[in-house]
Amino acid sequence: MISWWLSKRHHLNSSINSFFEQIVQNLSSFFFEAGRTVLFFSQSIKLLFTKPSRFKDLLIHMEFVGNQSVLIILLTGAFTGLALSYQIYIGFNLVNATNLVGPTVALGIFKELAPVLTGLIVAARAGGAMAAQLGTMRVSEQIDALEVMGVNPLQYLVAPRLMAAILTMPLLCGVFDAVAIYSAELLCVNLLGLDSAIFWNKIQMWTDTDAINEGLIKAGIFGMTFSAICTKTGFYTKGGAKGVGDATNKGVVYSMVMIIVLNFFTSNLIRLYHSIMESL
Amino acid sequence: MSQEIAIDIKDLKKSFDGGKTFILKGMNLKIPKGKITVIIGFSGTGKSVLMKHILGLHQPTSGSIKVFGRQLSDMSNEEIIKLRIKMGVLFQHAALFDDMTALENAAFPLKEHRRELKKEQREEIARHKLKISGLDEIHYHKLPAELSGGMRKRVGLARALALDPEVLLYDEPTTGLDPILTEMVDDLMYSTHRSHKGTTSVVISHDLHAAFRLGDHIVMLDKGLVKMEGTPEDFINTDNEFVRRFVNKGIRRKE
Repeated sequence: MISWWLSKRHHLNSSINSFFEQIVQNLSSFFFEAGRTVLFFSQSIKLLFTKPSRFKDLLIHMEFVGNQSVLIILLTGAFTGLALSYQIYIGFNLVNATNLVGPTVALGIFKELAPVLTGLIVAARAGGAMAAQLGTMRVSEQIDALEVMGVNPLQYLVAPRLMAAILTMPLLCGVFDAVAIYSAELLCVNLLGLDSAIFWNKIQMWTDTDAINEGLIKAGIFGMTFSAICTKTGFYTKGGAKGVGDATNKGVVYSMVMIIVLNFFTSNLIRLYHSIMESL
Repeated sequence: MSQEIAIDIKDLKKSFDGGKTFILKGMNLKIPKGKITVIIGFSGTGKSVLMKHILGLHQPTSGSIKVFGRQLSDMSNEEIIKLRIKMGVLFQHAALFDDMTALENAAFPLKEHRRELKKEQREEIARHKLKISGLDEIHYHKLPAELSGGMRKRVGLARALALDPEVLLYDEPTTGLDPILTEMVDDLMYSTHRSHKGTTSVVISHDLHAAFRLGDHIVMLDKGLVKMEGTPEDFINTDNEFVRRFVNKGIRRKE
């Protein structure tokens, strides 16, 4: 009986140990990869300011990340505005506070939903394409070809993509903000019978440019995040078609998770910054 | 017989796993200037790793590589970039940029390194290089996906020649091609070498027949070392049993 108990206890102890070892291993590999991504980003972005100029490439990538995402952002923004305002209207109607539907929708969209949803959508669309393009170039030796031609692939391929995402994400977030809020107004005023003047007046009363700026800053940070993750996973792709698929999948999934995690921390950091500034 | 040396490799060792196993195990090799050197050997003997060392894409674990008398390890990044401009590489699958046409691919090195040239001038040079590489003009504005394997090799060669390199490296240029295309690529390499006087050509290949047809100087690698080097005649008349078997039966993939 005692020997049975001792063997079970030993088994349990080793299971617990291996569980914690696995957690530590995963955490250390996460921080290692995060560190490598930051290094990759900092090495690449500074190359954008070295000769030769990649301004034309930057514009091409901005058109790809920004212009080609507008339609999908318009659609997402419109339906997010409609759905959110309807749910908030139902809730606030119960307590006769429908006057506050406008500002609640506006704050939710400006500060949280617009940057996060824009980040997720553009990460899936443009980030996935970045990882797949660079991964294909890696496995078909196009990146090696660039290097042997004396062209720095980080400067030629990575830096313009990073900067394009950082610059266009706030613009797309602004488009999302505008479309979502006008869609909310369309529903609340034209279908649910709220007063248009009250709707806009309450929004002006309860929101300020800081709320919009918070979302735009966050969108820029998310652009930086997904472009760094996706270009890195693509750039260091190994293997053939499977390697490209894995890199794309990894890039998009990591980007999406990081956008949601970073959203929490950046919201709190921005709030902390505002409270410090107010106390000064 | 003394001849000028383009690339001088001494005691080159390379390990990718911190010294547990070595791909290159102390390789010594001199590649003569102005000649065609063919490097042959089984798969996994370190041919492509050797080529990446010559291009400065890999750092040796130990040993030295001198290109045109300059030690690669002593060079700064800028100097290595300048050195690479003097080298043209034809990759196994051509490695063309798939969002550029054949003409744009051939003009790419000029666009990057001869910025003083106007677009029309760059295109004129690229057209000339495509022409001497044997690509018909009707294919100049096609994307790589629209070209056959042989045409892609021609565009790859034109791109490699764009900056008039002093060293041309061919990484297994005929692997996976049918016999007719293989012969065409071999002829292309030979005529390119003859038409570019003074160019040093280094061909990495599995193909023994190509080695004998093209090579002024043949190097045989085995297990990360130079097994034998010499002229094609030296290989035919050798007493080395391993090399004789190799020459008589041709290269087979190691089981």
